[in-house]
Amino acid sequence: MKTLSPLISPLILIGLLLAGWEIACARWAIPPYLLPPPSAIWTALLQGWPLLLASAWGTLSTALLALVMASVLACSLAFLVSLSPLMEDAVRPIAVTLQVTPLVAIAPLVTIWSGIDHPERAVIGLAAVVAFFPIFSGALTGLKAVDPDLSRLFDLYGASRAQRLWRLRLPSAVPALLEGHKVASGLAVIGAVVAEFVAGSGGAQGLAWRILEAYNRLQTARVFAALLTLAVMGVVLHALMELAERRLLALWRGR
Amino acid sequence: MTPSIASLSAVEVDYPGRGRALGPVDLELLSGEIVALVGPSGCGKSTALRLLAGLEAPTRGSVSRATGKGETAVVFQAPTLAPWLDAQANVALPLELAGEDRALARAAAGEALAKVGLGDALTARPVQLSGGMAMRVSLARALVTRPRLLLLDEPFAALDEITRRALADDVLALAAGLSPALVFVTHNVEEAVYMAGRVVVMSPGPGRIAGEVAVAGPLIRPTGFRTTEDFRLAVEAVSDLLAHSGARAA
Repeated sequence: MKTLSPLISPLILIGLLLAGWEIACARWAIPPYLLPPPSAIWTALLQGWPLLLASAWGTLSTALLALVMASVLACSLAFLVSLSPLMEDAVRPIAVTLQVTPLVAIAPLVTIWSGIDHPERAVIGLAAVVAFFPIFSGALTGLKAVDPDLSRLFDLYGASRAQRLWRLRLPSAVPALLEGHKVASGLAVIGAVVAEFVAGSGGAQGLAWRILEAYNRLQTARVFAALLTLAVMGVVLHALMELAERRLLALWRGR
Repeated sequence: MTPSIASLSAVEVDYPGRGRALGPVDLELLSGEIVALVGPSGCGKSTALRLLAGLEAPTRGSVSRATGKGETAVVFQAPTLAPWLDAQANVALPLELAGEDRALARAAAGEALAKVGLGDALTARPVQLSGGMAMRVSLARALVTRPRLLLLDEPFAALDEITRRALADDVLALAAGLSPALVFVTHNVEEAVYMAGRVVVMSPGPGRIAGEVAVAGPLIRPTGFRTTEDFRLAVEAVSDLLAHSGARAA
């Protein structure tokens, strides 16, 4: 009982909230376009699941592709920058400026550049921009997070620059790199959804598009159904990434 | 006459913003001797050790070493092992960095680990080792290159008393086999006297050598050495020097 309670207590709360919601909708006759009851959302889910699943895959594959692109770019750039403090000083302010600029604000530009006929490219590009920074700063921090005494030993044993990189700095960077990728995977999904909204056209058939579509027709239950799909997808992705991080970290340090 | 293996002549070390940390200090190390550097925190004993290792350069004065590349080894206060490598790979690292064949390096590492009593922990990762075991791996890594100068920076500070004493005996036994010049930093007077043939007492503000005490007795300490008159007298002499230098610094 005690071991089950962390699982059961949120379920009970969710059940109570849903019941209250259902009763309130019926009791005050709330119009369904304003707030559909949970039962209506459930029906929308049951009716729309093939389309929702396909859209979820659209958003997820976009996010994953963006994650891979961001990873390759961010890791190579972090590696180049870490080679000299001068480079880091030069790049950091630009990186920070880009990072604090809201994604929505640069979306029109990215859309123009990727070609108006290719909204899917714009969506991937925008999601990659968001995923870029956690990986970049993780990689950069990691490449510099070397135990100073271990670094002194490498000096003492006359390690070459290449040995230092391959046998000290890269392996030292692994934990920070894993952390960066975990954070980035969540952001890539957010980035993909925001980008779908902004690039807004039928060209990118993701979950955000399902939300927009249902919203335009005031089918609020379908908005909720898409939202729920999105939330479940986010939770599953996060759990998977956390598991991957834990496993890889255990591999790295042997436990 | 025993040849000198390393020496500090009139060295001074200034740290920017913190002023003089060390000096002027003169210290000569002879081949095969065991020297303890004792003193309160901030007396520059670790700085002196890093100067001897060549990990730091003096602001003024000169450091000379008769050792070639790979003939100096350092053990730090923390085991300083690479967490992503197992014990054997950690110990083999200095040899591999020097370009030694991988298989030969691993074999030598296995032998070095066996000598410190960890012959059956070759594949253990640092996270799986106790503090004392990790320190032994660190010691094996220092000895695997057969150094002529072995520098230990408070190597037992983080360990419990029983482990400390066992490790102290191990270090002495291993040093007797290779006979490197051995310098170790400690703030434990008994430990210094137990291990060293010569105890150099340092005083803070800035770090200087307050005096030296020679310890009589064989290199491998016989059981019960801690209760001998030689031991008691040396501890008393070192304690006097410490009290004296402390008063002067204050």
